[in-house]
Amino acid sequence: MDLTILGAATINGLLIGGIYTLVASGLTLIYGVLHIINFAHGSMLMLAMFGVYYLLTIFGIDPYMSLLIMVPAMYLLGFLLYKLLIGRMAHGKDENILLITLGLSILIENLALMFFKGNTRTISVSYSDMMVEVGPTLVSLPKIISFGAAMALCAALGLFIQHTDTGRAIRAVAKERVGARLVGINVDRIFAISYGMGLATLGAAACLLMPIFYVSPTTGHVFVMVAFTIVVLGGMGSFLGAVVGGLIVGLTESFGGLFLGESLGQIGISLIFILILLFRPSGLFGAKR
Amino acid sequence: MNDNTRSIGWPLHLSLLTLAVMFPFVFSSPFIVNFGVLALFYAFIGQSWNISGGFAGQLSFGHVVFFGAGAYASTVLQLRYGMNPWLGLPASAVAGAIVGWIIGFLSFRAGLKGSYFALITLAFAEVLRILVNSVGFTGGGLGLLIPAKPSMANFQFAERIGFYFLILALTVISVAVAVWLRRSRFGAQLAAIRENEDAARALGINVFREKVKVMVLSGAMCGVGGCFFAQYFLYIDTTIVFGVDKSVEMLLVSMIGGAGTVYGPLIGALLLAGVGDLTRVLTDVQGLSLVLYGTLLVIIIAFLPNGLIDLFKRIGQRFKQRGA
Repeated sequence: MDLTILGAATINGLLIGGIYTLVASGLTLIYGVLHIINFAHGSMLMLAMFGVYYLLTIFGIDPYMSLLIMVPAMYLLGFLLYKLLIGRMAHGKDENILLITLGLSILIENLALMFFKGNTRTISVSYSDMMVEVGPTLVSLPKIISFGAAMALCAALGLFIQHTDTGRAIRAVAKERVGARLVGINVDRIFAISYGMGLATLGAAACLLMPIFYVSPTTGHVFVMVAFTIVVLGGMGSFLGAVVGGLIVGLTESFGGLFLGESLGQIGISLIFILILLFRPSGLFGAKR
Repeated sequence: MNDNTRSIGWPLHLSLLTLAVMFPFVFSSPFIVNFGVLALFYAFIGQSWNISGGFAGQLSFGHVVFFGAGAYASTVLQLRYGMNPWLGLPASAVAGAIVGWIIGFLSFRAGLKGSYFALITLAFAEVLRILVNSVGFTGGGLGLLIPAKPSMANFQFAERIGFYFLILALTVISVAVAVWLRRSRFGAQLAAIRENEDAARALGINVFREKVKVMVLSGAMCGVGGCFFAQYFLYIDTTIVFGVDKSVEMLLVSMIGGAGTVYGPLIGALLLAGVGDLTRVLTDVQGLSLVLYGTLLVIIIAFLPNGLIDLFKRIGQRFKQRGA
């Protein structure tokens, strides 16, 4: 096979992997702190993407400028959702949260279908078609911007968790709930903050995705399995794992499409997911369960 | 609760069966009979989910993997190898059972439970969907069309009522399986596993073997559902019979009605088919019925974790107390 094509597939895979990483980092944050699986992750991303779409088409706000609106908006949505709904309904079983978030995703997807209808939407901005030469191949500029911004946001999230008081509290709650409560941390508040931050990453991901992707009420499906795969591959709750996992999954998707074709090429992600869960459930960087 | 169902068991079973048998004669319009077929179909596949998801507590998000395996096994054998479609029923049961054994064996050997098991079933369904979609003899993305040749020998009833009684018979069998699980040693072992796996193991239950067994049983039932679906609609493709929607419907039917109960899936199925038809008749808003189910699921988990059937039981008990 031609080296140029391989090079192009590698670059494309890494670029999309960067955004997958951002989506997955929110999922892994929520899992790491709350020990719950947020099945509504994909549909929340879809909701945020519609937000970006309407901010551009109605108010003319550039998708990258929308970051300033979508990130706080999604944070607030997550914070309230946890406070008002999810936190109250667990009854102490993690399956219940899985079912609640499944119910939420059904609800959100079909509300989106009711209000936005089923057709696929894309946006076009002045820089949509700009290309940049990267090594052997041409790559669209928004893809590169999205990748850089996604990586920067992941790093910012990591630094926040590592070096701020709230971040320290989040880590304390993730490690030892009871101990955290004993030293005076408001655990319930940290849960809500973590869920809010998990959704805030989706707000950011939506802004970065919209210039290079499409949105329809079922767009979330595309990302649900991808995000879960990255999280189990990297290790549930590990940020470094999410970054490495995201890039691996991006490459898998890109090479799968190249060697196996459009239809069979999608199988790689689900296979990785199954194999990791069966043979190395702690993932690449996760703590032992 | 156990004693309660046992004492009112037979009169309840028989009166419900009588109602179900009379139904298509009282309401003979094809629209209503079609509603009956769909309600019973949902009850049947919901019960198959309930066997593993409710009675044994092994939550699955990808039950459609058995459904699709059954639908494709029977249809491919009929169209490519000329097998009599009636033999599709046992063939699809075998296909569903094999897939159930493979998934159960692999997942439970790896010690997956709870949310992890739920997610891996979803991934297995995706893998099978993509595989079936990518090979030629399954019709690939185009799907498979079963030529319409209405005759009894051909599994194609000229009247809908034939399908009605077939799916009624299948549903009766599935309810019988559920009743058996309530009373048998196997069912008691599954309940013990559902409530506390470690405790069940300490009591000497072979947790792994019983869990694999229940996946085989549930897979076989769900596979038969796939065969029925193919023969009723005469068309299958991978998005329909391996899609997330069907998995979710089975789960909703069982969870909303009452997981781990005998009649929960029937209540859930009546609601699912009823709300579905009602919203289609009254409005042309896409997605409205699923908005209702999604809301219902959240409400049920929050306030009625044992499902709608709990509501009926509470009302029944109130009446009993008043009578005494």
